[in-house]
Amino acid sequence: MRVIAVLLRALALAGVLALATPAWAASVDPALLAPLASTKMDERLDAVAALGRLPDPLAAEVLQALAGGRLYAAGDGRVLIDTGAGAIDPASGQALPMPGDAKRIVINNRLRRAIQDALAVSQLFAAEAGQRLAAARRLQEGANESFRPVLEKALQQESSGEVKAALEVALANIDLSSDDPARRRAAVAALGQTGRSSYRPVLQALLAQDEQGAYAEPDESVREAARAALRAIDRRAAAVEWSGNLFYGLSLGSVLLLAALGLAITFGLMGVINMAHGELLMIGAYATYVVQSAFRAWAPGWLDWYVIAALPVAFVVTALVGMALERTVIRWLYGRPLETLLATWGISLMLMQAVRSLFGAQNVEVGNPSWMSGGLAVFDGGLVLTYNRMAIIVFSLLVVALVWLLLNHTRLGLFVRAITQNRRMADCVGVPTGRVDMLAFGLGAGIAGLAGVALSQLGNVGPDLGRAYLVDSFMVVVLGGVGQLAGTVVAALGLGGINKFLEPYAGAVMAKIAILALIVLFVQKRPQGLFAPRGRSVE
Amino acid sequence: MNGASVTDLAALARRPLFSPRAWAGLAAACVALALLPGLNLVFEPGHPLHVSSYAVALLGKFMCYALAALALDLVWGYAGILSLGHGLFFALGGYAHGMYLMRAIGRDGVYQSDLPDFMVFLNWKAYPWYWAFTEHFWYAALLAVLVPGLLAFVFGYFAFRSRITGVYFSIITQALTFAAMLLFFRNDTGFGGNNGFTDFRRILGFPITAPGTRAALYWCTLAALAGCLVLARAVTQSRLGRVLTAVRDAEARVRFLGYEPLGFKLFVWTLSAVMCGVAGALYVPQVGIINPSEMSPENSIEMVIWVATGGRGTLVGPIVGAGAVNGLKTWFTSVLPELWLYVLGLIFVLVTLLLPQGIVGLVRQACERIGRRRGAGAGQ
Amino acid sequence: MNRRLVLKQLTAATVLACAGWMPQVASAQDTIKVGILHSLSGTMAISETSLKDVALMTIEEINANGGVLGKKLEPVVVDPASNWPLFAERARQLLSQDKVAVVFGCWTSVSRKSVLPVFKELNGLLFYPVQYEGEELERNVFYTGAAPNQQAIPAVEYLMSEEGGGARRFVLLGTDYVYPRTTNKILRAFLNAKGIKDSDIEEIYTPFGHSDYQTIVANIKKFAAGGRTAVVSTINGDSNVPFYKELGNAGLKATDVPVVAFSVGEEELRGIDTAPLVGHLAAWNYFQSIDNPVNEAFISKWKAYAKAKNLPNSDTVVTNDPMEATYIGIHMWKQAVEKAGTVDVDKVIEAMGGQTFQAPSGFTVKMDETNHHLHKPVYIGEIRDDGQFDVVWKTEGPIRAQPWSPFIPGNEGKQNL
Repeated sequence: MRVIAVLLRALALAGVLALATPAWAASVDPALLAPLASTKMDERLDAVAALGRLPDPLAAEVLQALAGGRLYAAGDGRVLIDTGAGAIDPASGQALPMPGDAKRIVINNRLRRAIQDALAVSQLFAAEAGQRLAAARRLQEGANESFRPVLEKALQQESSGEVKAALEVALANIDLSSDDPARRRAAVAALGQTGRSSYRPVLQALLAQDEQGAYAEPDESVREAARAALRAIDRRAAAVEWSGNLFYGLSLGSVLLLAALGLAITFGLMGVINMAHGELLMIGAYATYVVQSAFRAWAPGWLDWYVIAALPVAFVVTALVGMALERTVIRWLYGRPLETLLATWGISLMLMQAVRSLFGAQNVEVGNPSWMSGGLAVFDGGLVLTYNRMAIIVFSLLVVALVWLLLNHTRLGLFVRAITQNRRMADCVGVPTGRVDMLAFGLGAGIAGLAGVALSQLGNVGPDLGRAYLVDSFMVVVLGGVGQLAGTVVAALGLGGINKFLEPYAGAVMAKIAILALIVLFVQKRPQGLFAPRGRSVE
Repeated sequence: MNGASVTDLAALARRPLFSPRAWAGLAAACVALALLPGLNLVFEPGHPLHVSSYAVALLGKFMCYALAALALDLVWGYAGILSLGHGLFFALGGYAHGMYLMRAIGRDGVYQSDLPDFMVFLNWKAYPWYWAFTEHFWYAALLAVLVPGLLAFVFGYFAFRSRITGVYFSIITQALTFAAMLLFFRNDTGFGGNNGFTDFRRILGFPITAPGTRAALYWCTLAALAGCLVLARAVTQSRLGRVLTAVRDAEARVRFLGYEPLGFKLFVWTLSAVMCGVAGALYVPQVGIINPSEMSPENSIEMVIWVATGGRGTLVGPIVGAGAVNGLKTWFTSVLPELWLYVLGLIFVLVTLLLPQGIVGLVRQACERIGRRRGAGAGQ
Repeated sequence: MNRRLVLKQLTAATVLACAGWMPQVASAQDTIKVGILHSLSGTMAISETSLKDVALMTIEEINANGGVLGKKLEPVVVDPASNWPLFAERARQLLSQDKVAVVFGCWTSVSRKSVLPVFKELNGLLFYPVQYEGEELERNVFYTGAAPNQQAIPAVEYLMSEEGGGARRFVLLGTDYVYPRTTNKILRAFLNAKGIKDSDIEEIYTPFGHSDYQTIVANIKKFAAGGRTAVVSTINGDSNVPFYKELGNAGLKATDVPVVAFSVGEEELRGIDTAPLVGHLAAWNYFQSIDNPVNEAFISKWKAYAKAKNLPNSDTVVTNDPMEATYIGIHMWKQAVEKAGTVDVDKVIEAMGGQTFQAPSGFTVKMDETNHHLHKPVYIGEIRDDGQFDVVWKTEGPIRAQPWSPFIPGNEGKQNL
């Protein structure tokens, strides 16, 4: 099977080389199209390879439509491309309406790979640099000697430096099996320079020994180069892992920070641990879902920006809920923090059940907008920094900055700080503690709502969303101490970082347990937390 | 009780544990409850006096909960330490007993091996070291008492020494039980992971599902509950109890007066953990399964509401509260399951807002009012 | 002192009241009670609520066609709230208080294991509709979900075949509980038997509800660098959403590292944007996208029912394998009762063997005569961008279940009751 595939690829190259300048044909031979809808995999693979050989851009379009699920088989055996507003018959190049009995041609991963291979060779000469780069990357793996001519031809014609480097690596991969030890050495060095772990196995294979101790690679200088290359790859891998952990820790820390910030404000202000805090996160997330549904229904063209619109909505909704909570329940329990804990727990149960009744017990779908999907590949693809997490890191810093501004440069913030330091004195001096309590609680709740928006982009949105973050938020608040923003920030980022650096060694669960144990021990040593409020208040 | 001011410590020491009337009441309640399994055993199903085995099992479970609530009330109502992690001690006691019960399955499990089923599918060849000796009932019973007690002692020692109080303490107890729950959920920890311990066959040679065994477990639970009630009463009526109440109300002042709160708090904290462990150990054979979700923070917080609903700071309160809340739960989840969480949440809110003294306090107030009216009517 | 007495008496009275107060429901003469034991709240509610609704729909359908033995079926729905001890309690309540003739329920293996002693003690009848790890065969239970040889093994065989990508290295990623543990044990033995070394197999477990898969996806990428890799995912419940999101965002395409999941169906994909997941796989005995008249009727019945009963999100409801299994189970029970002429549990158990039913999966499934499992077909499907599956492989016909996997030592000779 593999031999046939290789031969087919070679034939494909021969075909492309022979027709190096694209000849424009207006149609594709129907005999090549019909097997695409066949039930026999071999026929389909042959047809895909044959279409890849054709220089006709229409053939490439057929292949791309097949990969994208837009190729249909009509009842009469014709194969049609769905253009969204009708169909095109590649056999004639004509446009026509999609017949009612047309069925989508289903492909599987094997066909997808074959299509990518078939497209790769022709795309080496595509107009767009990005496509050429992707094609070159594709050919870096699994290319063999027969690809050399076309790769060298593409290298001569290539203008972009990045694509040139990719092509050189592809050639190096082929050179590994060359007869000339000098070429092999050069190839090994080139592969080692890329630092990519995917070359590890093939370089390792050079150093493999059989039972008599003979190496697979006869030339010692090449073996030396291979060892050096492997060391370079390992160094790179370690750097990639370290950077990866740093990023993951930062993103986890930013999530914790957002989740705990609201709690820190209310706890610092009123000494109240709000057990319904998790549910405020959940309400923020559901508000995002509602906004998304509204956009889907009334403004589908703007769907990508629903997250921005969801921010003020979530803030306002949760702030209102928080203020209502404060007015109805919490203010009667002033000075009794343990009772407040219990009462807010009861509220959380009711909120969860209310959401279940309204939205169903199932999770609801909140999709990432397109600018938050995917990721930035760094280290030559070794590490992907996902956009949604990057956005959340930036967002959390913005929120912290906003809160800092609010606390330090507004009157409300002044009152909040005064009450946090000494409630009675602030009362005596004329600060309207009742109103400030309500507004500050609303603020804390609103921030929880914003955090909910962020959380909705990361994971599930369901009635249980809040529970997952409750204990973590408490830990951040307890660790960071009360009254200082810096405490929450440091605690959150620190916990996120430690968790992610422990995880590769101990696993996710043990890392979590270790962190909880650390916090419990830390609190024994320093009960007020990292950044303790200064003052002479006793208890 | 709390309001009564007794300045003469000698008189205090001489006071009997319960008044004669109270003893009578306690005895009456015990007898009434003890009759039920008897009715189950003696009469056939269908007989009007028959009590179903479902009811016996349910009541046995409620009594275990009542015992745990009583333990929690000791530390919360009398010493002012709100623990949101008492479910951990309950579960540890349960697991200790569960280890014995798993051993007692012998070769009757699915794989007919000496090891419990979950160890077989994890490819373990032998019991880990912490399972040693658990085939002996007395050792498992000892573990059920020692493990929660030791954990509580160590944790309490460090926590109280650092003078962690109030909300901070509650939060770290929650962290403790959460961490333990995560630990026990791991299959690698050797306690059955998410499945926990289940499929018990026999206890001390008796088949575990036989009505006779059920009745015996019920009576043991009843005896434990009554015994712990008396013990708790003894503790709270003693001088130690007075100091505890003082610590609850004004810890700094107690320190200035020359008492070291650490010892007192540690004692009652450990005692409470042991009682909880015993409750857990009795719970497991009656329910037939133990699994790490018993250690979840939600469970522990629910225990707190039992105490609060019944009336904290009293001894009968938590028993009443545990029975009432769990009875409501059983009823609601079978008749109106969608409403149950609203009801539970409402109980939390209303009890803390309107009924700080709980049901017992309410009843007491009502009795006082009746007493006063009667006294006024008698022309005082 | 008076007060204390009063209090004690009050306590006793309350407790007694609770005891004797349990609803003693007298069974009506002209209905047959059917118990439904699925979590309607808690973590498992997202999966189990739809099973309860499908069961109710099927009962309605049966009643509309005349009921069973001339009597209507009366559903008794209880909510064990994803709490395992409560499952046992509810099961006992259904069997001894409500006196139901049969119970359809459970999802997680823990819940099933915790109710088993009750069913054995009270000689009840349970139909369990979810795919599971096998290693169990009880007289009082009929298993309408897949055993590992009807789901896991064919899926891995497919992945190893040329057709499925020719994978030679495997990451076995699961949630940490008995189903993934046992399934992975079976798969490891199977892979070893096929010549895959242990160094080419990596087992990773995450707890329920785990949501941060960054490190794990990075590890999968690293592992995949060593050769053609496939991931076998037994992640359960809503952890699948963050896992797939991370997978999609990190750019791990199905053509590079295919992921086949055993607990992800149409219902779980409702919560995810599936565009980056196109090509990843799932193995089941049924997909909503299967094209045949029985399935079309089933789907339209379900959609109409959801609309009529105003179920949440009724316009996007889907069908999935456990729902189909519930549907099959209830119908087969009805057939067995009619064959036996009574709802007596022992007679129905005898009559169940050999029952057949025209299933929405397009095949006629049969309840095996001796091993209490269904003969089921196996489908392997690739995720589409609309949340449905494209079937890329299927068995010729239904396969007999092997509840005792031959890949676990000690199971030789254990096939039947």
